Amino acid sequence: MIEIKNLVAEIEGKRILDGLNLTIHDGEVAAIMGPNGSGKSTLSYIIAGKEDYEILDGEVLLDGENVLEMEPSERAAAGVFLAFQYPLEIPGVATMTFLKAALNAQRRAREETELTTPEFMKAVQDAAGKLEIPRDMLKRALNVGFSGGEKKRMEILQMALLEPRFCILDETDSGLDIDALRVVSEGVNALRAPNRSFLVITHYQRLLQYIVPDTVHVMANGKIMRSGGKELAEELEANGYADYKAQEAA
Amino acid sequence: MPAVQETIDRVKAIDVDQYKYGFETILEVDKAPKGLSEDIIRFISAKKGEPAWMLDWRLDAYKRWQTMQEPNWARVSYDKIDYNDIYYYAAPKLNAAPKSLDEVDPEILKAYEKLGIPLREQEILAGVEPTNRVAVDAVFDSVSVATTFKKELAEAGVIFCSISEAIREHPELVRKYLGTVVPVTDNFFATLNAAVFTDGTFVYVPKGVRCPMELSTYFRINEKNTGQFERTLIIADEGSYVSYLEGCTAPQRDENQLHAAVVELIALDDAEIKYSTVQNWYPGDANGKGGIYNFVTKRGDCRGKNSVITWTQVETGSAITWKYPSCILRGDGSRGEFYSIAVSNGMQQVDSGTKMIHLGKNTTSRIISKGISAGRSQNTYRGLVSAHRKASGARNFTNCDSLLIGNQCGAHTVPYIESKNASAVFEHEATTSKISEDQLFYCMQRGLDEEEATALIVNGFVKDVIQKLPMEFAVEAQKLIAISLEGSVG
Ligand SMILES: Nc1ncnc2c1ncn2[C@@H]1O[C@H](COP(=O)(O)OP(=O)(O)OP(=O)(O)O)[C@@H](O)[C@H]1O
Ligand SMILES: [Mg+2]
Repeated sequence: MIEIKNLVAEIEGKRILDGLNLTIHDGEVAAIMGPNGSGKSTLSYIIAGKEDYEILDGEVLLDGENVLEMEPSERAAAGVFLAFQYPLEIPGVATMTFLKAALNAQRRAREETELTTPEFMKAVQDAAGKLEIPRDMLKRALNVGFSGGEKKRMEILQMALLEPRFCILDETDSGLDIDALRVVSEGVNALRAPNRSFLVITHYQRLLQYIVPDTVHVMANGKIMRSGGKELAEELEANGYADYKAQEAA
Repeated sequence: MPAVQETIDRVKAIDVDQYKYGFETILEVDKAPKGLSEDIIRFISAKKGEPAWMLDWRLDAYKRWQTMQEPNWARVSYDKIDYNDIYYYAAPKLNAAPKSLDEVDPEILKAYEKLGIPLREQEILAGVEPTNRVAVDAVFDSVSVATTFKKELAEAGVIFCSISEAIREHPELVRKYLGTVVPVTDNFFATLNAAVFTDGTFVYVPKGVRCPMELSTYFRINEKNTGQFERTLIIADEGSYVSYLEGCTAPQRDENQLHAAVVELIALDDAEIKYSTVQNWYPGDANGKGGIYNFVTKRGDCRGKNSVITWTQVETGSAITWKYPSCILRGDGSRGEFYSIAVSNGMQQVDSGTKMIHLGKNTTSRIISKGISAGRSQNTYRGLVSAHRKASGARNFTNCDSLLIGNQCGAHTVPYIESKNASAVFEHEATTSKISEDQLFYCMQRGLDEEEATALIVNGFVKDVIQKLPMEFAVEAQKLIAISLEGSVG
């Protein structure tokens, strides 16, 4: 279970999260929607451990343990995975090399045995096949010269390979063409499991038709303003965020 | 990736001090008194059993050196060196020159084993693993102590021995080529070397021969206050090929030690020389105390048509590096290449680069330089590309990339271009970047800790050059880079 309790955070003196509460149960897919700049990416970065923020209050519990007290790599080993809105390029480092280094680093941290090269190759190729990622892409430097959609697909490949406990997808649908959206969604759905939770950040209801959420939350003013079932996403698509912005002004 | 894994293990295995080669070997030593004079030079020459012409050459160099000034144009600063406070000759006591490894002091063999150069095993394994062999010439302080695989090389007609031996056994070759690439009076340090050089390596590959294995020299400075002045001469005769590797270490000491080597390469028609260096001299401690002053003159002469000389270097050690491996592209159609990784951390100062001198027609050169600065170090790339009036069709491509880790270090790029021929085409690209916090965070989000993430990004940055190294050296070099950058993050 993931419990975000009264999270308050600032960047450069600007309050972005202002007492945010959210619980995601095991096996649950929670979707967050909210206007541009409302702090969705900030929330995901804070959970993953990016340094730039000042956390003034609150905690993020993963099975009762506060991840805010861990190093980013420890959070990763504990099962926190963030599919970035803007994945980074690592010049000169072959994708395959990167994946193996990451997987084995996590396994070492958990005191598991590292995968042998053949075991690793098989795991990558299976996952790449499902996501329709061509093999020669794995030899290229990670994300360098990849198209927007290819980068997003690569994020999901990493997620499949690392088998995290808690997956955060930050606008994974943006930049995907219609076919890729289907392939990626199928990839995510295949990973749904009783002991794995998802936080899906998106602006569009279309993604949620493929990855059907258990809960939908509206984020604005640094808080969860409203929560509901998947029908809430349809309502937002029809009406926009005017109601929530009005509240902000009031 | 196994190299990253090994890197991490290796880094973890090093506890307090990063420099793992900092051990000292206790040996009985034969030393000349401190200081420099004609008598010392006569002493060195006599110790080496040199002919008169060699002694005269040295004495002439010494006379000229006394009139010269230490250069000060490089972006390095250090206390004035007292050239009379240095031992110019130190040799492990040997009864006579060793004829086989069995005659080499076991303490020396042990020292080389600690460095990962098992001279003995190399020979024993010879029959077993024929593809992966490296012939080693080991230089301990001032003396070459063992050269492996001699017999087999001799069968191919390759001469691979210490320069002292070459002076005695192959004087005609030495006299013909010594000082023809780096003239006696080339520069202050080269002239000093000419006067006092104590040992080094000599290679001659005859016409049409492809040297059957990698040749390698490991230099180790062991004695206190000892200068190391080695002299290397490599000649690839027409149509021949040789690949040569050079490695260096020194014990940790509080005082600075001077290393002023000269390397001359000569490639005749259609010949090719690949010269690779992994330089790991003691860099000094975190506050800049101790370390090697590495003032080296390395130059290759593409004397024959269509000849090729490639310099590949991985420089991680030394307190001060002053080094510009260069190519004179004399033969028509000749090619010069320079691939370099220079890492500086702590208080290290690096001023390094290359010169590509285009003299012949249709000559080409390529420079790929990767500088990595961390800590409070200063890292300068200094390069010259020039085309002579007659060098029609000269081409150069230069790419200099600098990577900064932290914000107390400096990276500088100083390219000089001189073209006296209108048809010459010189291209220059340069970038300076920092490892971005976002890249580090991305890697850490995937499970790498900060040091592993830095090593991975750095490995990516230097990949183009690492690929140019012989296999055995590539993995070694990657590990070395990671070790050198240990403690540079956070
Ligand atoms: N380094 C920074 N300095 C100042 N403000 C910042 C900084 N980083 C983010 N912000 C601000 O924090 C707010 C939240 O940004 P965030 O990226 O979390 O929004 P978001 O909800 O993900 O938006 P989008 O839907 O456009 O992706 C924005 O107003 C943004 O400008
Ligand atoms: Mg965002």
